[in-house]
Amino acid sequence: MMRLFARNRHTVQRLGFSLITLMAVVTVLPIVGTIIFILLKGGSAISFEFLSGFPHNGMRAGGILPAIIGTLYLTIGTAVFSVPLGIAAAIYLAEYAKDNQVTRLIRLAIINLAGIPSVVYGLFGLGLFVLFLQFGTSILAASLTLSIMTLPVIISTAEEALRSVPQAFRTVSISLGATRWQTIRRIVLKEALPGILTGVILGLERAAGETAPILFTGAAFFLPRLPQSPFDATMALPYHLFVISTQVPEMPIQIQYGTALVLLVFVLSMNMIATVIRSRARAKRQW
Amino acid sequence: MKNNLTFREFLITRLIQAAGYSAIVFVALIFFFLLREGLPTLAEVDGSSLLNIRWYPIEGFFGILPLITGSLIVTLGAALIAVPFGIGTAVYISEIAPRWMREILKPLVELLGGLPSVVLGFLGILVLSPYLRVFLDLPTGLTAFTGSLLLGGIAVPTVVSVAEDALDAVPRAYREGAWALGATQWQTIWRVTLPAARSGVLTAVMLGVGRAIGETMTVMMVTGNAPVLAVKLSSLFSPVRTMTATIAAEMGEVANGSTHYHVLFFIGMVLFIISLIVNIIASSVVFRAKKRAERILS
Repeated sequence: MMRLFARNRHTVQRLGFSLITLMAVVTVLPIVGTIIFILLKGGSAISFEFLSGFPHNGMRAGGILPAIIGTLYLTIGTAVFSVPLGIAAAIYLAEYAKDNQVTRLIRLAIINLAGIPSVVYGLFGLGLFVLFLQFGTSILAASLTLSIMTLPVIISTAEEALRSVPQAFRTVSISLGATRWQTIRRIVLKEALPGILTGVILGLERAAGETAPILFTGAAFFLPRLPQSPFDATMALPYHLFVISTQVPEMPIQIQYGTALVLLVFVLSMNMIATVIRSRARAKRQW
Repeated sequence: MKNNLTFREFLITRLIQAAGYSAIVFVALIFFFLLREGLPTLAEVDGSSLLNIRWYPIEGFFGILPLITGSLIVTLGAALIAVPFGIGTAVYISEIAPRWMREILKPLVELLGGLPSVVLGFLGILVLSPYLRVFLDLPTGLTAFTGSLLLGGIAVPTVVSVAEDALDAVPRAYREGAWALGATQWQTIWRVTLPAARSGVLTAVMLGVGRAIGETMTVMMVTGNAPVLAVKLSSLFSPVRTMTATIAAEMGEVANGSTHYHVLFFIGMVLFIISLIVNIIASSVVFRAKKRAERILS
């Protein structure tokens, strides 16, 4: 009887493990499948002309250069605002903040910022940057909107990186006569840099792939020339993909897959850079 | 020289402090602007027509019920997919997978979190929905169900990473205790580890659901965009329209300051409040769990 029971529960375990493994496989396979599928389907669309030309014939022919450049501008614009602010906020939380009510409120605010739907960021950007501050639908307004959306990702990963620097490093630096800021800048930031960089890139990756926040703050359907200043609207890869896959009738499928591929490569290469930085930093770490 | 240094230190400390407080300012600003543009709705449209079942802005019908039910049904479907698969994958990664497998799976799940939602929507239109239309024999493949399938995929990475953190945080001694009593690994997972990580897993579910409600581009592209009341089970297999998709689809075409414009901001306000509630509850669960752990340790 005992043996039967024992065998039975091991059977249950084997069945259970198989089920859970199957679930994990079902979760992960579509990711791999999606990426390979787009690589295969879009690969044939990629040519020099596609990457360096302007769209023609109502976007049914030609290239996607303005969308690529636009996404680059938006990503850089987002970085300009969100990186310094995000890292400074992380330094405050990791190095200065006391464990009190205000700090708890800041953390709650960050969690909430992370949870706000992207389209609501779009509304906010429209209300504050486009209309109230009169930046118009522009790269500036879109970058600012994306920055605030990216902020929680950068703050939380940078804070984690700063906290993982051992306390002894700070103690030694202070005892050698360095001020608090000198310690942070020369010791703590230097040690935490790879972790911070990973967070920054992951945050910007999200910003680069977003469509909803730029819909009414900076994205343009079609522009015959590249944006000339931060106050111009711009085309962008994610919005362009949305436009050509839903708004343009008789759109050649090849161009759609090609655009999806370029966007995917843009985003995935950022993701891979972040992963490489993180794993190399982990391998090199001596503490 | 010394004075100069002290001043710089003072200045930098203040700047850093201001940056730290900025998160609170931003949440307040977002709420303020949503209220500012959204609240006039209550003066312009009376309550009974706002809670009507007809959304037809061109003729002045601003019933948001179909949009709310649309969001709910798509999110519910997404949760039914994301919760079991997310928790299952988290259990696999944290409890069952060998180390090398974990090193492959974790970045892959993270990658899914980074895939632009517009790419998933694009594949939804071109691949998933034609397939579903034929397979389920529907008049159109652009349905709430299509949206749920893709949204489930979008919510999974959130569920996996938070639930996995929670499982990871369960002290190893709990598991060893169970094994020493003769429990199998499987029994340990179900009766010891998962119950111990309960609050974290709950947080994972809530954040995943929050992510699903707020998703915009994918649902706008694949759910068919028909603002009809979705209260029957069959609604799952017909076109619906969510709150997020309505804002994204219509905001570009309305005149600033019109009633339609205010109603769209009003919907944004509702979404903001929903996400605020979800996140406050989720984070309070985390805080409470932490306190209990501290009590046990001390």
